[in-house]
Amino acid sequence: MEVKNPKIKSMKHEDFKNNDYIERLVAELNASGTNVVVGKLDQLINWGRANSLWPFCFGTSCCAIEFMCLGAARYDMARFGFEVARNSPRQSDYIMCQGTITHRMAPALIRLYEQMAEPKYVIACGACTVSGGPFKKSYCVVKGVDEIIPVDVYLPGCPPRPEAMFYALLQLQRKIKLQKFFGGDNRKESRKKFFEAQKQKATGADVSHVNTENEPVLEDAQK
Amino acid sequence: MFDFSVVTKWLDNLFMGVMPEWLTVTIECVLVAAALLVAYLVLAMVYIMYERWVCAWIQCRRGPLRVGPWGLLQIFADVLKMLIKEIVRLWNTDKFLFWLAPFFVVVASVITFACLPWGKGMQVIDFNIGVFFITAISSLGVLGILLAGWSSNSKYTLIGAMRSGAQMVSYELSVGISILTIVCLAGTMSVSGIVEAQSNGWFIFTGHVPAIIAFVIYMIAANAETNRGPFDLPEAEHELTAGYHSEYSGLHFGYFYLAEYLNLFIVSGIASLLFLGGWMPLHIPGWESFNAVMDYIPPTLWFLGKAFFLSFVFIWARWSFPRVRIDQLLALEWRYLMPIGLFNLVLMAIVVSFGWHF
Amino acid sequence: MANIQEQISKICQEAQFDASGEFLLVTVPDEKWHSAAKALKEELGFDYLTALIGVDWKETMGCVYYLTNTSTQEIIHVKVTTSDRENPLIHSVSDIWAVANYQEREVYDFFGITFINHPDMRRFFLRNDWVGHPLRKDYDANPELNPVPHEDEQNEDDTFSLVEDENGKLKKVDKKVFADEEYVINVGPQHPSTHGVMRYRASLEGEVVKKVDVVSGYIHRGIEKLCEGLMYPQTLLYTERMDYMSAFMNRHALCLCIEKALGIEVPHRAELIRMMMDELMRISSHLLSYGCLTMDQGATTAFFYGFRERELIYDIFDRTCGARMSMSYDTIGGVVADVHPDFVADVRNLCDVVEQKLKEYHKLFTGNVIAVNRMKGVGTLSKEDAINYAVTGPTGRASGVHCDVRKTHPYSLYNEVEFDEILLDGGDSMDRYMVRMKEIEQSIKILRQCCYMMDKEEGNEFCAAVPKMIKLPAGHWYQQVEASRGAFGVYLESDGDPKPFQKPYRLHFQSPCFNLVGIVDLTCKDNLIADLITITASIDYVIPDIDR
Repeated sequence: MEVKNPKIKSMKHEDFKNNDYIERLVAELNASGTNVVVGKLDQLINWGRANSLWPFCFGTSCCAIEFMCLGAARYDMARFGFEVARNSPRQSDYIMCQGTITHRMAPALIRLYEQMAEPKYVIACGACTVSGGPFKKSYCVVKGVDEIIPVDVYLPGCPPRPEAMFYALLQLQRKIKLQKFFGGDNRKESRKKFFEAQKQKATGADVSHVNTENEPVLEDAQK
Repeated sequence: MFDFSVVTKWLDNLFMGVMPEWLTVTIECVLVAAALLVAYLVLAMVYIMYERWVCAWIQCRRGPLRVGPWGLLQIFADVLKMLIKEIVRLWNTDKFLFWLAPFFVVVASVITFACLPWGKGMQVIDFNIGVFFITAISSLGVLGILLAGWSSNSKYTLIGAMRSGAQMVSYELSVGISILTIVCLAGTMSVSGIVEAQSNGWFIFTGHVPAIIAFVIYMIAANAETNRGPFDLPEAEHELTAGYHSEYSGLHFGYFYLAEYLNLFIVSGIASLLFLGGWMPLHIPGWESFNAVMDYIPPTLWFLGKAFFLSFVFIWARWSFPRVRIDQLLALEWRYLMPIGLFNLVLMAIVVSFGWHF
Repeated sequence: MANIQEQISKICQEAQFDASGEFLLVTVPDEKWHSAAKALKEELGFDYLTALIGVDWKETMGCVYYLTNTSTQEIIHVKVTTSDRENPLIHSVSDIWAVANYQEREVYDFFGITFINHPDMRRFFLRNDWVGHPLRKDYDANPELNPVPHEDEQNEDDTFSLVEDENGKLKKVDKKVFADEEYVINVGPQHPSTHGVMRYRASLEGEVVKKVDVVSGYIHRGIEKLCEGLMYPQTLLYTERMDYMSAFMNRHALCLCIEKALGIEVPHRAELIRMMMDELMRISSHLLSYGCLTMDQGATTAFFYGFRERELIYDIFDRTCGARMSMSYDTIGGVVADVHPDFVADVRNLCDVVEQKLKEYHKLFTGNVIAVNRMKGVGTLSKEDAINYAVTGPTGRASGVHCDVRKTHPYSLYNEVEFDEILLDGGDSMDRYMVRMKEIEQSIKILRQCCYMMDKEEGNEFCAAVPKMIKLPAGHWYQQVEASRGAFGVYLESDGDPKPFQKPYRLHFQSPCFNLVGIVDLTCKDNLIADLITITASIDYVIPDIDR
């Protein structure tokens, strides 16, 4: 079955940036090939997953205020079905890291991530979570959450505007629509690799570059 | 008025004609169960979307509108997602109870749901003690919540469970007393009998002051029974993150979620049966042509319409009021609702025995 | 001032004075410090510890205490130093000013100064396994010493205090925060109603809170240390990321402080624009706190109403500054650019809209019987406690403390406008909430006057001439402004470095929320766990402002 570029309502494929990543995923999927029944089922399930992304409220600083605006009347993320914000990590689908992660917070974030039920996604929202942002030189700030948990979408901005957050969520939807549920889901495997690499890094062992499947979708939505 | 039992009788005779009795009963049971479960699921889904849209409307938002036309497919996406979400298995928990709890909650609400008559003859079994059965079986749900909170082995869930235990057991009393008031008025415990007694006018109109008081008490207590705001203490989001079901994920959480919304339908359904005449159309004495038009609306629609209207009131209250505190919650029940309810019951008895009602 | 000097030298003969700066500087040796502090509070009425700043002067280390007399609004500052860098010790004043408890823990965390007789000497911001004290000038910043941890902290219940007996002998006493049999519930660091990443450990009896232990630092980003490596205009950036709900005020404070040190006169119009932005920010912040308070109590709709009007304020910021949050608009000497041509009209429109909508808010929430029952008489803070814990802002004013910096030490153009300081005397959650709602009205009043002044203003000057390289003379300055949540202070110390890229020697931000968090234990004790949520919501702090 042929896999096509994922469709997003009222936003054309060409209007997105960083399409090369999505196209590479499509090419990969086409190369591996799946039969039609499994492929269609995959599509159905991915449609369900992509359209029912329940956020986990995880805000540490300013980005959280913009996230509230995203839920409030003017931007209203409920339109996309993103509004069922759960406070328990077990029931949510993606964690949008809003705000700086410090050394003291890092273990808590890792634990929250591990408590989430599969499938789970991470959006690094704001400059601090992408790279440390303005606090990169600080003694106790984690320089990007991808040091501790695998990230699906990077969203720059300090803080990003709600429009940019929508863009990140749409990008996440596109990415989800290109995953496999039946035909060998490689998410879990790549995550395992990620944590192994982490462990090796922590113990100081020499590791060559580990190719994770979750290569970041870098975005430039901030005007 | 169309009697649905004509259809069921005809089906029964049809099956009896071609197969032995035991097979007929089995087939009928399966058919009824299937119909019930489908209705349960569909209603739960409708209710989830209903609440999301109503709450969006109250909050000046648009609500879901992107998935499918007007957002109608949103709920299907949610269900699909829920079905394939991982069910987290926890260490150091009582695994059997942990697994059992959501079923308790969902089974209690399915059985209660089965007792509601949707129209004349559209009922699974017409007990002569139907109302009693409903109150008995619906209180099973609290057991599931207690088990869920206890077996999760977490402090938050435990506090949530304890709160829900205190809350639901107390408010059960008020619900029971206000139901009893209506039973007193109707003179029967059979659900269909209560509805039939309202063919000349709904109890909220004919029952004089005590019926109105009972209605108000029922609405408050039922709101507390369903754990919805302003009485959502067991899952008070901003205190206990997600309360008793904090540790549940995937389908297990889905059961709680379904049951929560279906319970909303059940309590509004019972309220409409007891106070607003169930499937009886609205009749205004003297307005003959108006009454004739009302008769043309099918009874099931009347029942659902009333239930949806009452649910709207519940949703409205939930999104507008702040949450009460546990001591205030219990004070409200034991100091106000219960004494007033008891007094009201006596009042109703006097009204009925002197025949002062309409 | 001479009068005070005399009185202080009577209390403590060893005290040395320096009246050359903006406030009187008193230097007291550590041995006499505790008794001098007691006398300062009880005899001279310096009952309000405005700021406690640890400084490392390379040869010596020590603290600077800014003290305010709440009846005369007089400010002095006291310097206590120790020359022992290996094992620095200073006497604690946490028994005199309760606010010093957390402040001293902060100093211990950053400088390693142990406070004698302090009841609970734990680190405040950093993990208890942290190596080194980051704000010391000899701190080893090697990241390998402190790698990103993947495991939780151990032994977080352990604490100690250094007790001095009658003979002056020091003894280390190990303590536990909670006893083993206590039912301790962990609220945070990730919890929907802590407004960020605050963590409370609350000991419960049934649902009644017996003790709350504040564990902070989950968003501590080391802003003060970062500022020591940047030039003055660059440091402005961080002020907006502390209390992002009073971004303009915080930035205003640092600008005022640097301008004071440089001796720059800011154009009247620039100052007016700054003041208008401050008041807009205050409305925005109070609307947010209205939204969060209502949402924490479960009234979700009110939250959306609050946010609806905030969007209008965001629009004004967006049009003038080009950003919704983190505006980076104030600068040394004025503002970065002129306002949008529609600015004044927009502000006028906003005033009308908010004034009208306030009635709707009150209708929806204030009179609600559940809301009243949950807030009235809950979490009462007396006036004495408010002063003792140095609580300012709406929380302090709800307890009847006259603490509005706009009135006590007017800055900017607050002298030229007419407004009332809202003072209530209940000190409970309801009053804290009402102060905010009434302050919105006052802000509207100020904004309307400002719009009128803006119309009369001639020219379009928005920034004074500022030297390209900002070099400050040696010295230290302190500037307070009234942020949304209380008095925000900036302590700036310069060593007068003649090199071209001068950096601040020490920059300390005295944030109002830091003091606010000190009263959580006091107000929540013997209340229900649900009240913990209401009280903390009504105190309304912003976590990054506490942690910095």
